[in-house]
Amino acid sequence: MKKILYIFCSILFIGLSACKNDSSKSSEEVVAYYCPMECEGDKTYDEPGSCPVCNMDLVPVEKEIALASDEISETSIFNLTSTWTDQNGEDLQLEELKGDVLVMVMIYTSCKAACPRLVADMRNIEERLPKNAKDNLKLVFVSIDPKTDTPERLKAFAEENVMDKAPWLFLRSSEDNTREFAAVMAVNYKKISPLDFSHSNIISVFNKRGEMMFQQEGLGVNSDATVKHIEEAIASR
Amino acid sequence: MRTKIFRLSFIMMFIHMFSFGQSEGMAHIDGARYIPLYGRDSTVVEVKDFELDVYPVTNKQYLDFVKNFPKWQKSKAKKIFADGSYLRNWTNDLELKDSELLNSPVTYVSWFAAKAYCECQGKRLPTMDEWEYAAMADETLKDARIKKSYNEQILSWYEAPRSNENVIGQNPKNFWGVHDLHGLVWEWTSDFNSVLLSGESRKDNEKDNNLFCGSASLGSTDLMNYAAFMRYAFRGSIKANYAIKNLGFRCAKDAENIK
Repeated sequence: MKKILYIFCSILFIGLSACKNDSSKSSEEVVAYYCPMECEGDKTYDEPGSCPVCNMDLVPVEKEIALASDEISETSIFNLTSTWTDQNGEDLQLEELKGDVLVMVMIYTSCKAACPRLVADMRNIEERLPKNAKDNLKLVFVSIDPKTDTPERLKAFAEENVMDKAPWLFLRSSEDNTREFAAVMAVNYKKISPLDFSHSNIISVFNKRGEMMFQQEGLGVNSDATVKHIEEAIASR
Repeated sequence: MRTKIFRLSFIMMFIHMFSFGQSEGMAHIDGARYIPLYGRDSTVVEVKDFELDVYPVTNKQYLDFVKNFPKWQKSKAKKIFADGSYLRNWTNDLELKDSELLNSPVTYVSWFAAKAYCECQGKRLPTMDEWEYAAMADETLKDARIKKSYNEQILSWYEAPRSNENVIGQNPKNFWGVHDLHGLVWEWTSDFNSVLLSGESRKDNEKDNNLFCGSASLGSTDLMNYAAFMRYAFRGSIKANYAIKNLGFRCAKDAENIK
C-alpha cells in the first residue's frame, strides 16, 4: 500500500514539476562605463573615471544596452532549462556556460565508427585556434547514450583522449533532455542496436549568448569555415 | 487489506482523472511486438501497454493551455522553441481567426509546444513506434497494413487538400477506439528526430539506406510501404521548432496497471 501511495505521489510530482510555469529571470541591473572615443574598442569599466588612453571622461552604458547584452535572446540555447552532468559528476545548466563560445557535438563513447572521427575533427579545430582564444571557449561533447555514458564513463573517455581539462567538456543528461537538446541542434539519432546509434554528424558553433552561428556537417570535412566562425564569435562580445 | 488497496486505487484513479482533467479521453492500447516499416532496420520493436488520446488536441484545448501558460502564447513563445509560423491561424494570443473552428485539431504548433502541452496534462508525446502501432489498426483489425483498402484510404487522404480544417471525430474510430490517426492532420511524435535520411552530408548512416529517398520508394513493394514512407520522410525533414499547417499532435502516457 505504501508502494502504491509512493507511486501515486511521484506521478503527481512529475506531473507538476514538468509543468512549472517558470517566469524568466529578471536581469540584474548592470552599470558599466565606456570611453566615448572607444579607444579600446568595446571595453567597459566597472567604475566611473577617465579613459586610460585618451583621458576623456567615461560615460555610463545605456541601461537598455546593458540589459540587452545580458538577456538571453529568443534563439539562444540557454533557454533550455535542462540539467546536465559533466565528466566530474558536477551538475550544471547550459546557461552557466554563458560568456564562452561553445563548439558542440553529439557522440556516444562506445561508438566505433563515426565518433572517433568526430573527436579527431574537434581536436583538429582546437589545434587550429590561437592559444589566447581558448580562455573564452568550450569544446563540448554531449552524449546521445546517457544510459551507457555515466559521468565515470565520460571521465574515462576524456582521459583516454587526453581531454580531461579545459577547454574540453563532456555532458550527459536524461534521455528526454537529450532528445530535446538534439532537437535544438537539429541532430537526428536513433538506437539501432543495444550498443549502436545512428546519428547525424554535426558540429555546431554557438556564440557567447548561446545563439547558433554555424554548423559543420559531415565527417573529416574542411573546417576552415568553422574555425573562422569560432574566431569571429570569440572576438565579438 | 486487499479491499483497502482496491478502494484506494479507485480513489487514486479518481483523483488522477480529476487533477489532470481528461484522462478519460484516452484509449488503452495493449502493447505487443511488431515490425514497423522503417524501424530499427526492420527489426521487431516492442511497444508496452500505453494510453493514447482518443482525439488530436483541438484548438479549444490549446487555447485553454495558453491561457494557463502564457509563455506559450503566440507572441511570447521563443523563436528557438517555435518558429515564425507558430499559431499562424490565430489573430492574437488568445483568439483564433474567424475561419477557424474550436473543434478542429490545433496545428501550427512546434514539437516543443506539443511536448510542453502534454507534460502539463501529466502526459507525454507518443513515441514514433507507439504512434505507428496504434495507427496500423483499422476499424476491425489491430494490424490492417496488409489490407488494400486500408492503405488506399490513407493515401487518398494524403491527396485530399486542407483536411486540417475539418473537425475532430469525423473519421471512424479504429480497433483501439482512437479517432483521426489518419485523415485529419499529421502528428508529432516524441522521437520524430530519430529518422535519419541519408543525404550526402550525413554519410555515416550506411545502415539507413532504406530511408534514402530514391531507394526507399523504389524499394517499396506495395502501397503500405509508400504511405508509411511518406510519414517517415516527413518526420525526417522537419525540425523541432517548425510550426506547420497540417501538423498537430495528441498525447499519450504509460498505462498504469491498476488491476
